[in-house]
Amino acid sequence: MDDAARDVARAHRPFPLGRGLLWLAVMLIAADFAWIVAGNGNFGWPVVASYLTTASVLEGLSVTLGLTVVAMTLGVLIGLPIAIARLSNDRLLGGLAGLYIWFFRGTPLLVQLIFWYNLSTLFPEIAISIPFGPTLLHWNTNDVITPMTAAIAGLSLNEAAYMAEIIRGGLLSVDRGQVEATDAFGMTRAYALRRIILPQAMRAIVPPTGNQLISMIKATSLVSVIAMADLLYSVQTIYNRTFEVIPMLLVAVLWYLLVTSVLNVGQGWLERRFARGSERGQPA
Amino acid sequence: MSLVRIRNVHKSFGALEVLKGIDLDVAAGEVVVILGPSGSGKSTLLRCINHLEAIDRGVIDVDGAQIGHTMRHSRLVKLSAAAIVRQRRQIGMVFQSFNLYPHMTALENIIEAPVGVHGEPRAAAIAHAHELLARMGLADKATAYPRQLSGGQQQRVAIARALAIRPKLLLFDEPTSALDPELVGEVLATMRDLAGQGLTMIVVTHEIGFARDAADRVVFMDDGHVIEQGTPAAVLEAPTHPRTRLFLSRFMRQ
Ligand SMILES: Nc1ncnc2c1ncn2[C@@H]1O[C@H](COP(=O)(O)OP(=O)(O)OP(=O)(O)O)[C@@H](O)[C@H]1O
Ligand SMILES: [Mg+2]
Repeated sequence: MDDAARDVARAHRPFPLGRGLLWLAVMLIAADFAWIVAGNGNFGWPVVASYLTTASVLEGLSVTLGLTVVAMTLGVLIGLPIAIARLSNDRLLGGLAGLYIWFFRGTPLLVQLIFWYNLSTLFPEIAISIPFGPTLLHWNTNDVITPMTAAIAGLSLNEAAYMAEIIRGGLLSVDRGQVEATDAFGMTRAYALRRIILPQAMRAIVPPTGNQLISMIKATSLVSVIAMADLLYSVQTIYNRTFEVIPMLLVAVLWYLLVTSVLNVGQGWLERRFARGSERGQPA
Repeated sequence: MSLVRIRNVHKSFGALEVLKGIDLDVAAGEVVVILGPSGSGKSTLLRCINHLEAIDRGVIDVDGAQIGHTMRHSRLVKLSAAAIVRQRRQIGMVFQSFNLYPHMTALENIIEAPVGVHGEPRAAAIAHAHELLARMGLADKATAYPRQLSGGQQQRVAIARALAIRPKLLLFDEPTSALDPELVGEVLATMRDLAGQGLTMIVVTHEIGFARDAADRVVFMDDGHVIEQGTPAAVLEAPTHPRTRLFLSRFMRQ
């Protein structure tokens, strides 16, 4: 046997003819599709181009982005304690957290948004008071609930329920032995969570959270029903005037796609960041 | 006075009584090896000493302070969760499955509790950590993550991590049971070194050889009782209790 000639280091890869043809076919179909879309006047590409960066569209975009960031941040901040409460041995805390998740996941987001927007019909006044005791502070509900606050309340409280479950799953994915170690070393629960448990849970938390964020960007379009001027609302306002429905929707679609693409890149970066110490993705 | 004083300790999990009245004393600087068949309650006893499990009856004192309880106006009250957490800080523990923090390097693992829990200055903790790693023969592994280390190396990092808090007492729960046979020796050698340095250690293990040449005293547990204890020579060479004899004969044949 000639081991030198059979050394695998010298091996050639045969040309993958089948895969090459497949690629070619897919490229051809894609090009043809692009040609049809570009050549179809009904898409109104010149209109899309002229409105893509119109002031009102950009304002709508910034409302969508701002709302997403605020609602997502609040969703995580509220979801974290709910997840911790749900995992605690305390029956009362665990029960309350379960009730929260049950309610907010069990009702449509659209209904929740409209509900917050119309809160004043239920409670004309909002007050902070000692239960059954004197009132400390009170406001007129209509002054507090604007489309903005209703949108933030609706989106973030709903998001918190989903994030709580994602975070809980992440915390449960961490090896029991890690909790043992933090206990044995006399770490407080909060310290152990912050330094040892959460960083490890993040690997399981980041991918579904990226998913949530992308859903959230699209879910913000629901706020157009409560007259909040987000991206969708602003293109609707334009096509209600010009009747160029499809081109204006394309404007919104392009922006949604651009933003979600940027987020995909960010998610990949975060996933590598939290893979520290795992087999995949060793940092230098 | 003994550093660890255990009196009439009982512990049940539901209907299963695992510790059935344990009495044990460990003097400062003493190395005690606990032997016994699987399920006899060795791990449970160890975990009760640093209050990872709460006992149902009896008393455990470490360094003169009662674990998990205190006298207040001549009434015994349970300590708050925060006070229990503080009590544990003087006791180091080494686990069968190492339980290193996988997202931290060896050095970060070692300094985590000294800096974050004991408030030691970072620079001093790092210097101490390097010293400990050198003692463990791991001077070149400071920046390695646990997954990049062999089982024996991981367990030695875990021992360094337990030493870094300058514990009054070190607990080992089967530190070599998860290791490949050829890696057991390096960990036992490290533990022998520690035993010779005046540390107080309670070691649960199945390594009779380690018990013979590193222990000051061997304690044999069976079915939730301490049934025999004494010098390694007495317990290992001339056991008086039939169950100790049976257990040891199984190991000696290997
Ligand atoms: N958290 C728990 N809940 C219920 N039962 C438990 C728990 N921990 C231990 N036990 C039971 O208590 C008994 C003693 O367990 P323990 O781990 O103390 O034994 P051990 O002597 O360390 O045995 P081994 O040599 O196998 O480690 C076993 O029957 C075990 O199943
Ligand atoms: Mg055990």
